[in-house]
Amino acid sequence: MDLRFTRQEIAFRDEVRAFFRDNLPESVRAKLIDGEFIGPDDYRAWTRTLSAKGWGAPHWPVEHGGTGWDPVRQYIYLEELQKWPAPAPLAFGVSMVGPVIAAFGNAAQKAHYLPRILTLDDWWCQGFSEPGAGSDLASLRTKAVRDGDFFIVNGQKTWTTLAQYADWIFCLVRTNPDAKKQKGITYLLIDMKTPGIEVRPIVTMDGGREINEVFLTDVRVPAENLVGEENRGWDYAKFLLGNERSGIARVGLSKQRIARIRELAAQEFSGGRPLIEEPRFREKLVSVEIELKALELTQMRVVSNDAKRGHTGRPDPASSILKIKGSEIQQATTHLLMEVMGPFAAPFRGAEEDGWNEPADGPDYAAYAAPSYFNNRKVSIYGGSNEIQRNIIAKAVLGL
Amino acid sequence: MDFDFSDEQTLLKDQLDRLLADRYGFEERKRAMASPEGFSAEMWARYAEMGLMALPFAEDDGGIGGGPVETMIVAEAFGRVLALEPWMTTVITGGGFVRLAGSAAQRAALIPEIASGALKLAFAHTERHSRFDLNIVESTAKRDGGGWLLSGHKSVVHDGASADKFFVTARTAGSRRDAGGIGVFLVDAHAPGVTRRGYPTQDGRRAAELSLDNVAIDAEAVFGDSENGLSLVHAVVDQTIAALCAEAVGVMEAMQKLTVDYLKVRKQFGMPIGAFQALQHRAVDMFTATEQSRSMAYLAAMMADDDEATERAKSLHAAKAEIGRNGRAVGESAIQLHGGVGMTAEYAVGAYFKRMTMIDVAFGDSDHHVGRLAEMGGLF
Ligand SMILES: Cc1cc2nc3c(=O)[nH]c(=O)nc-3n(C[C@H](O)[C@H](O)[C@H](O)COP(=O)(O)OP(=O)(O)OC[C@H]3O[C@@H](n4cnc5c(N)ncnc54)[C@H](O)[C@@H]3O)c2cc1C
Repeated sequence: MDLRFTRQEIAFRDEVRAFFRDNLPESVRAKLIDGEFIGPDDYRAWTRTLSAKGWGAPHWPVEHGGTGWDPVRQYIYLEELQKWPAPAPLAFGVSMVGPVIAAFGNAAQKAHYLPRILTLDDWWCQGFSEPGAGSDLASLRTKAVRDGDFFIVNGQKTWTTLAQYADWIFCLVRTNPDAKKQKGITYLLIDMKTPGIEVRPIVTMDGGREINEVFLTDVRVPAENLVGEENRGWDYAKFLLGNERSGIARVGLSKQRIARIRELAAQEFSGGRPLIEEPRFREKLVSVEIELKALELTQMRVVSNDAKRGHTGRPDPASSILKIKGSEIQQATTHLLMEVMGPFAAPFRGAEEDGWNEPADGPDYAAYAAPSYFNNRKVSIYGGSNEIQRNIIAKAVLGL
Repeated sequence: MDFDFSDEQTLLKDQLDRLLADRYGFEERKRAMASPEGFSAEMWARYAEMGLMALPFAEDDGGIGGGPVETMIVAEAFGRVLALEPWMTTVITGGGFVRLAGSAAQRAALIPEIASGALKLAFAHTERHSRFDLNIVESTAKRDGGGWLLSGHKSVVHDGASADKFFVTARTAGSRRDAGGIGVFLVDAHAPGVTRRGYPTQDGRRAAELSLDNVAIDAEAVFGDSENGLSLVHAVVDQTIAALCAEAVGVMEAMQKLTVDYLKVRKQFGMPIGAFQALQHRAVDMFTATEQSRSMAYLAAMMADDDEATERAKSLHAAKAEIGRNGRAVGESAIQLHGGVGMTAEYAVGAYFKRMTMIDVAFGDSDHHVGRLAEMGGLF
């Protein structure tokens, strides 16, 4: 057992750091630090910077643009990316639909879609959840009926993140209503410009514009947009669930936020001295750091195990541990960050869409503290809620 | 020992609950929020008609003579519907200064105006580095003939966007952290030298930044001892905290009920999600936390006007700390148990969660009050 990285791994880490330092515009970094939303233009530009370097999707197969890094290097890369912080490439493309196309798509699909994901020429969104199918995803009802060379799709998706910018949506649709519910589902790629698709925004409680409803009415989808085989979509979706393990805990992101909390707590005052000198506050912060350290080690164990024995790609209860603890820590840090602001957490800075153009009151860095806290409640809800993750561990690990 | 409401108190509660149930649905609230004032002027008038503005003032002063229990009843009812009107800042905080420190002339001038709903008040205390400390005051008041000149900047003045007058803390002597040398002054929003900028807060209410540049105040606008106003500020803030605790209980109760209702109707895996024991237990914890908070709101109400300042302060620190913690737990569970729906601006539970969060941030978060209580040697 050895905690330390090798010399080569440390050199690699330094190279990654230097690249972020030299290539990410400071304005984008500042937005990330403050918890402000990054617009599509910044996203696209940064994605292209990463891709040009060959780092757009490290975990992909090399022939499609992956780096061939072992799990340890992938881990280091992601950690540094989150810690800097730099924007993570849009997960819907790089981490969700990309690996599915790479694994189950046909040659034409791979050749067409994968390069466009790497450059963010195609912005993807995820059309899984429906009003009646959240945790119980397999009960989804959006249906697709074969009509010659097309599928005709009817139904509704919801909570679709950033669908307002999306060029494409990957959907789970029901193609066989008579089969057992997991067996009748198909994985379809749908062009968002197809007639019959309507995107309606859902404003989140923090005032954010990140989720949407997507209505599909007689949408004609070419049969060639089917991924893999008809009625096997559930298997492909499950393959995804176990696929992204190193990113899920967001250890680097929480480290970055903790550093930020320390920095700002030195600038805010309590009882006439810097808040960071207040024992109660300091101890609370350190308690979260301890939890995070444990999670980091847990994550390193998973990574090291994958590096030695290879990751099977099957859903794995380790992901559930990382997801539960990772989300709880993210939520704890956003709450601490809000606490730093004291009374200055209260002023609300509206969205630009609402015609808001005034500066925030109090320190600038306070503006997004409360909204980030509110918004981060989502991390224990999406991607399989923490209750569902606990169910998985109870069943798969504990045998209950 | 008696935790029952009197007949009059029950009547007040029923009357107000009925009014709010009829007129203060979540959609009506949204409309009020979007209005220029940011609250419902119509409801404001109704409250005045009902006597809510006159509630805590002595009958001799033209008030109704209600005590902290009446205040609690009203604040809790407002919490249940997330009422936006500046009742607490006007009647409890602003009115508190008038009640506790107003001379006969000041009371005669102000109470009828408050009681009729004509006058809206706000409390301008917070400064850039004061955080939750009431003794940290950098704004200054300098003697000027028979009156005063006030200068300084006050931040996050709740309900300050619509207030007609502000109770302002300013330093008449000493340095910025001294307990002595703090005075309380009533400043007209339109007085020369006053600049205010209103803005919305996270919970859909309004606040303001207030700049004072040599604002001339006459001697009648001083409340209490201009050299030694801190104990007055503490007394008024304690009464406000008691009211906020009651409001928080209303907010928690609403979240808890919304969640239980949702658990019964939302179906996943072919059954109501309320059938899952993991969620049942969480709902029970929400219920328990709400009841524990209610107990502390009672304590706060019963101690709010206690003459023994130390015992009063200890009880209020304890109440605010417990309610802040419980409120966070109830709010976070409420969102979690609603799943995606809980994250939306459209659905009420998020609005309650945000208000609860802002109540914790107002007049000291739970850490602050735990710290104060620890410094005072604890409760038992
Ligand atoms: C901000 C945000 C972004 C999202 N983005 C996307 C997206 O881009 N694409 C997409 O397809 N989806 C997206 N989602 C949807 C997300 O995956 C779902 O919200 C999630 O699966 C939960 O489903 P639900 O909201 O219907 O809640 P429900 O499934 O109704 O759950 C409600 C509550 O019940 C609990 N629960 C449910 N079943 C059980 C059980 N068996 N045992 C114990 N507890 C249970 C849940 O944990 C939760 O607390 C997003 C959600 C959010 C909040």
